[in-house]
Amino acid sequence: MKKYIDTGKKDTRSGFGAGLAHLGRTNKNVVALCADLIGSLKMDEFIAENPERFYQIGIAEANMIGIAAGLTIGGKIPFTGTFANFSTGRVYDQIRQSVAYSNKNVKICASHAGLTLGEDGATHQILEDIGLMKMLPGMVVINTCDYNQTKAATIAIADYHGPVYLRFGRPAVANFTPPDAPFEIGKALLLQEGTDVTIVATGHLVWEALIAADALAEKGISAEVINIHTIKPLDEAAILASVAKTSCVVTAEEHNILGGLGESVARTLASKHPVPQEFIGTNDTFGESGTPAQLMEKYGLNAAAITKACEKVIKRK
Amino acid sequence: MCSPHKGLIFTAVKLPNKNMANITELNQLTTQVRRDILRMVHKVNSGHPGGSLGCAEFFVALYNEVMELKEGFDMDGKEEDLFFLSNGHISPVFYSVLARRGYFPVEELNTFRLINSRLQGHPTTHEGLPGIRMASGSLGQGMSVAIGAAQAKKLNKDAHLVYSLHGDGELQEGQNWEAIMYASAKKVDNLIATIDLNGQQIDGSTDHVLHMGDVAAKFKAFDWEVLSIEKGNDMEAVIEGLQKAKALSGKGKPVCVLMHTVMGNGVDFMMHTHAWHGKAPNDEQLANGLAQNAETLGDY
Repeated sequence: MKKYIDTGKKDTRSGFGAGLAHLGRTNKNVVALCADLIGSLKMDEFIAENPERFYQIGIAEANMIGIAAGLTIGGKIPFTGTFANFSTGRVYDQIRQSVAYSNKNVKICASHAGLTLGEDGATHQILEDIGLMKMLPGMVVINTCDYNQTKAATIAIADYHGPVYLRFGRPAVANFTPPDAPFEIGKALLLQEGTDVTIVATGHLVWEALIAADALAEKGISAEVINIHTIKPLDEAAILASVAKTSCVVTAEEHNILGGLGESVARTLASKHPVPQEFIGTNDTFGESGTPAQLMEKYGLNAAAITKACEKVIKRK
Repeated sequence: MCSPHKGLIFTAVKLPNKNMANITELNQLTTQVRRDILRMVHKVNSGHPGGSLGCAEFFVALYNEVMELKEGFDMDGKEEDLFFLSNGHISPVFYSVLARRGYFPVEELNTFRLINSRLQGHPTTHEGLPGIRMASGSLGQGMSVAIGAAQAKKLNKDAHLVYSLHGDGELQEGQNWEAIMYASAKKVDNLIATIDLNGQQIDGSTDHVLHMGDVAAKFKAFDWEVLSIEKGNDMEAVIEGLQKAKALSGKGKPVCVLMHTVMGNGVDFMMHTHAWHGKAPNDEQLANGLAQNAETLGDY
């Protein structure tokens, strides 16, 4: 297996910006919309190169989702950009009726997801968005782990016809996936093979899972690490194949354990191959102000927490 | 993709060319549409006849006289005018006019609100009904959608127009005002948004539920072109008003048409009251309503 190396810390939102800029040059149907957060979403390059294909909506997210839905009529592929909180909870009904139920080809691109938004605190740290979006029939839900993967995902979703929720974050984190790795919606990535425990991680927790796997290896525990970038549709085959070897699983996500990736994995396992599972995620709580590292430590969303959960779940086999 | 149509077999027919020669024929069609509305809601003992009846002239005029439509139906709607119904609960009038314009067989009106039908209680793209480009029902979303479609037309260098219809009570939804502010700021001048000013909503008159003040002044304050159709149930007045709106388009401002209608128009006991917003007539009431609207083009 390839050993993953951090090639230098970068933010996933910049991966989105780079992917969008690429689409601006390669797909004339791609248009972008933003609700007064151009800099935060790293949309500047696309806008500079394609001013006629950019719509500044102002601070009016409901209107943005509706306009995006309307733009699809006429063949456009709209990418909306704002924080994850304002991309989902604030506009749930607009997404439900005008995008999901109407099956519109809108890409809802959401930055600053989860606790790692940091100091702004709980009003902005949505930890429920994966659950909200995965419940919508037909909605694809993607949560990318690093800059390279976010860029690749941004480019890939333009070629998929249908509504997509693309979730990424604010802080600079390890950039470790290969820049040329193809991105296939719904296809899990086996990052590290192992035999004792399966770690299924998404988003910022994937790198933490790799660190945890190293820590476990030092203790003589062989951990398999799966990167689930697509939470819906879930790559059930990859998860089932792994637990067939390891017979236990730890899920890890920067999201409430209620409604997140862990529940999707649990549902799959409960109906097809029940094994012990531990959940790394926030536990039915809001966040608070603090640095990203402080918050991830306090709410148990880091490599140390994953390591501990693996040791616990192995004992439950 | 849209779900395949379930169970009932109908095919979309080719859209015929416009052949409405005069006001008499349009009025005959309107009367038939009223019969369709009454019969549809009566059959399933549910649906929204009041607003549907009030907007019959508007829909007939729009689809048979005002809009430029191409043959057939595709979702993108390039090189033709588009229409979005924001107040989706008045689906009976929309369905009747679409069917009688040739988007789907009029016999399919028989399936309104029934299980496995393409004619859902509120309009949707989900079952693939020709003529529908956006689901509506949850109020206040249609203006934004129409703006998006209008901006796509500009990007595509398509000179055709986008029309939309909104209830007056619907203006209580805040998203409208986001959209109204945006449309003028961004000079979306290929949009003609009509407000059905019937003064009624479910719980009573709009004045009683939440007084909206001077709607014309509000749109003007948001820098829209505003014109009124005082007689929204008079075919000539509706056509004249919409043609005026058309002439005002393309001049840098979105156009708002304030159309004064009577809820339940054409059926005396349903008129001027919110009571028939979402209530179906019983057998006797149906007979009464139909007697006031004699068959013209033939019932489905």
